[in-house]
Amino acid sequence: MPNLQTIKDHFKENRIYLNRTVAASVIVIIVFLILTVRLFFLQIYQHELYTTLSLNNQVRVAPIVPARGIIFDRNGIILAENKPAFSLELTPERSNNIKETLTALRKIISISENEQQTFLKQLKYKRRHESIPIRLNLTEEEVAKFVIEKHRFPGVDVVARLIRYYPLGEAVSHVLGYIAPINEKELETLDPIVYRGTYHIGKTGIEKYYEDLLHGKVGYQHIETDARGRTLRILGRTPPKPGTNLHLSLDSRLQQAAFEALGELKGAIVAIDPRSGEVLAMVSKPSFDPNLFTKGIDPTTYKELNTSPEKPLFNRAIRGQYPPGSTIKPLVALQGLTVGTITPDYQIWDPGWYQINGKGRLYRDLVYFKTKKGHDHVNLDRALMHSCDTYFFSLAHRLGVDHLHHIYTQFGLGKETKIDMSGELPGFVPSRHQKYKNRKDPWYPGDTLNIGIGQGTLLATPLQLAQVSAILANKGSYYQPHLVTALSYPGETPKPLPTSNPSTIPLPEQHWETVLASMKKVVHEPGGTAYKISPGLKYQMAGKTGTAQVFNLKQNEKYEADKVKAHLRDHSWFIGFAPAENPQIAIAVLIENKHTKSASSIVRSFLDPYFASLEQK
Amino acid sequence: MYYRTRNYFSKSHIDWPLFIGIIAVSILGLFVLYSATEDIQVIYRQCPRIGFALLLMAGIAQIPPRFFRWVAPLLYFGAVTLLTCVLVLGDISKGGQRWLDLWIIRFQPAELTKLAVPLMLARYLDDQILPPKFRHLIIPFILLAVPFLLIAKQPDLGTAILILSSGVFIIFFSGITWKMILTLISTAAAALPLLWYFMRDYQRQRVLTFLDPGQDPLGSGYQIIQSKIAIGSGGLHGKGWLNGTQSHLEFLPEQATDFIFAVFGEEFGLLGGLFLLALYLYIIIRGLSIGVAAQDTFCRLLAGSLIMTFFVYIIVNIGMVTGILPVVGIPLPLVSYGGTSLVTLMIGFGILMSIQTHRTLLHR
Repeated sequence: MPNLQTIKDHFKENRIYLNRTVAASVIVIIVFLILTVRLFFLQIYQHELYTTLSLNNQVRVAPIVPARGIIFDRNGIILAENKPAFSLELTPERSNNIKETLTALRKIISISENEQQTFLKQLKYKRRHESIPIRLNLTEEEVAKFVIEKHRFPGVDVVARLIRYYPLGEAVSHVLGYIAPINEKELETLDPIVYRGTYHIGKTGIEKYYEDLLHGKVGYQHIETDARGRTLRILGRTPPKPGTNLHLSLDSRLQQAAFEALGELKGAIVAIDPRSGEVLAMVSKPSFDPNLFTKGIDPTTYKELNTSPEKPLFNRAIRGQYPPGSTIKPLVALQGLTVGTITPDYQIWDPGWYQINGKGRLYRDLVYFKTKKGHDHVNLDRALMHSCDTYFFSLAHRLGVDHLHHIYTQFGLGKETKIDMSGELPGFVPSRHQKYKNRKDPWYPGDTLNIGIGQGTLLATPLQLAQVSAILANKGSYYQPHLVTALSYPGETPKPLPTSNPSTIPLPEQHWETVLASMKKVVHEPGGTAYKISPGLKYQMAGKTGTAQVFNLKQNEKYEADKVKAHLRDHSWFIGFAPAENPQIAIAVLIENKHTKSASSIVRSFLDPYFASLEQK
Repeated sequence: MYYRTRNYFSKSHIDWPLFIGIIAVSILGLFVLYSATEDIQVIYRQCPRIGFALLLMAGIAQIPPRFFRWVAPLLYFGAVTLLTCVLVLGDISKGGQRWLDLWIIRFQPAELTKLAVPLMLARYLDDQILPPKFRHLIIPFILLAVPFLLIAKQPDLGTAILILSSGVFIIFFSGITWKMILTLISTAAAALPLLWYFMRDYQRQRVLTFLDPGQDPLGSGYQIIQSKIAIGSGGLHGKGWLNGTQSHLEFLPEQATDFIFAVFGEEFGLLGGLFLLALYLYIIIRGLSIGVAAQDTFCRLLAGSLIMTFFVYIIVNIGMVTGILPVVGIPLPLVSYGGTSLVTLMIGFGILMSIQTHRTLLHR
């Protein structure tokens, strides 16, 4: 606001401005003179020094890539290591005619069309003095062949690089993940100095989660080169700091046995040591060979992997979200006992179906479809052993959705377990509030029945159900599942990571006993849903089977596996732990779209050898 | 008796002396850019940017200065709001988030601020009796400090310095006494340690590297050593266009952007460097004379600040590349690769042209 008491003196202001412009001009001229003097100093006075530096001997700083950390299993078996590999590389600046060189090279060393395309693509982006790989993983024979004729190919060199190698291949690919060339998006967020000279980065699993530890610290060397860029000698060297080695809780024999147990089936197996939360095995099938990625996967193979309806790149163990089916009945039973809705002796009459308040829609028991009759009189013990849906329909209805939501959430469903891997999904536990919020739909009593037997919109990952199994095994106390148990630097003894404190779900001891006793009968007593695996079983096991419905049948429709399209068939679950009295391992097994084999039927093929090996120790 | 000049030059509202200087530097810049990247695609990408920026400049020149005066508070408070948004969003996504995705172009609120701050300060001081008393400077200081801190926090020290200098020059041209200038300079010098406290680790690292380039041979120290070798080996005449050897060495991507003067110095030598400085000096003198000829205080202050900020661009960049100032991410105006700061610069020139060509002259 102009001050009203005094009037702006435009002539005075103009004069002041002129005055200041003169001052500014003087500043400009002085600073430009300083810059001129500086240029004169660098370009005339010190010209000879810098010419020497630039022309005769060019000192280049080249990064030395740190070796990536090695990954071991719990017994010290190597799961991921670095192998020296020879690659053929070309430096455009030193090559006379790249096309001719390439044609001539192809006569002595096989270079596929794909490799040639990749090379030509990189040729456009890289600087002329940077070497570009033509072929990776040369055999020794090929190296020998090339070295003899090297003089014919100026600018082409055989370069030794370390390449990531996963000895167990497919069996561990989903847990470890893999490393692959850094893409443009990652390039934006990476520190260019830390990643100088590094071309690969962890993309999934452990390799991604622990990228910072595994990568290490880049070193560098001063190389003296002649004017053409050839190395004359190395002047100084700061060695790189190799990446940290990781020691996993994984037992690679159990892992492989579990991998083989699934065979050609689609599905997942997760095994946890309930005493510590250490993950002993984690398998997802179908799988893929992680070594494909480290070599630089060719686009056709990648496209095949990526678009296959079998989804081999998809880690079902932590990202597959399925209805848990009857495996969650022990949880419902625990809540029923705790709230007092039922006692262990409480009985119902099961005609093979349940009706809310005795009328309306028939909610059929799965058994009814097979035998056309129900379980007659059922108490809690028989209900768990036979997996009686009618009993749990009734219990769920009487408990109500809020109690179900409470117990499921307590057992960790609906949220990530926070395992040390990238990409875990949380599953889903429906609630009254959420359903209204998302769908503007009220909660129906029928919804409660559905989630009471683990169907409907209730979703869990195999990892979460393995954790449920571990919590049951420990009668409520549990640890966060984790894979890395210790870190080590090359040549040093591993330093164990601090163990976390257990959490507990405080429920009365006798309720745990009741439910666990019934779970033991599932396996060991005739009529139990997993009784067929008991013959010859040398250890006590407790378990629970489950079936996840992929689509809903109409009221009177009969489920027949043969008639249902393969991808709509039910999924088969088994959770369990052993030995029943002193649990050392808790598992969850999922088989997608089961046809011939159920999840429980493959359990012994990996647990038997595991316990046999434990005894040998 | 007032009348509007009707000759050809002022009808287009382009200030041709300024225009010729800008074009000369831009063309020279394209040649250096080609040599720095050896990639004609880069030139194909840069040319439309220059064209677009020039069109924008011509468009801005058509608008009379009273519009800038009117729109200044709007731009200023808009810019501060956007900066706050960026800071908040940036905190969520971790790390230096400087961009807002708007419309078809990605937009950096900091660029808007480069124009909004001088406009706002010029308008505010225009409303005061000049030279201002100390109490009249309190509000300008606040108006300047808020965007400066918001941008320094992003962190974008280069832009923050440019904004600070645009405001400082407005206050300088408003005619505060030399005594007050000296007081302010000594206060600022005393506050330098405070700046250290606000700096991010990598910025501190750059200052340390400036003091001892050998300490960080892979990072910015390496850049400074290499750029000094490149410039120094250029000598009097330079090695000739496309013949620079150092620029073909492993020299980091910034040789097309912030460090492009090193390529220029190597290939065109001292003579080339002086020629470029002369062109810049010509543009600055033209800008200053536009300020002197301007007819009201708002235009005068604005013109002086815009052209002196251009000057700061040049000295910070060349000072950094020749190793007499620390590494701060400021491009060499009209030469470095990239479109964002180019557009802002050209809008600034557009405003200068508008000030020059919308004068109403007394009949002689």
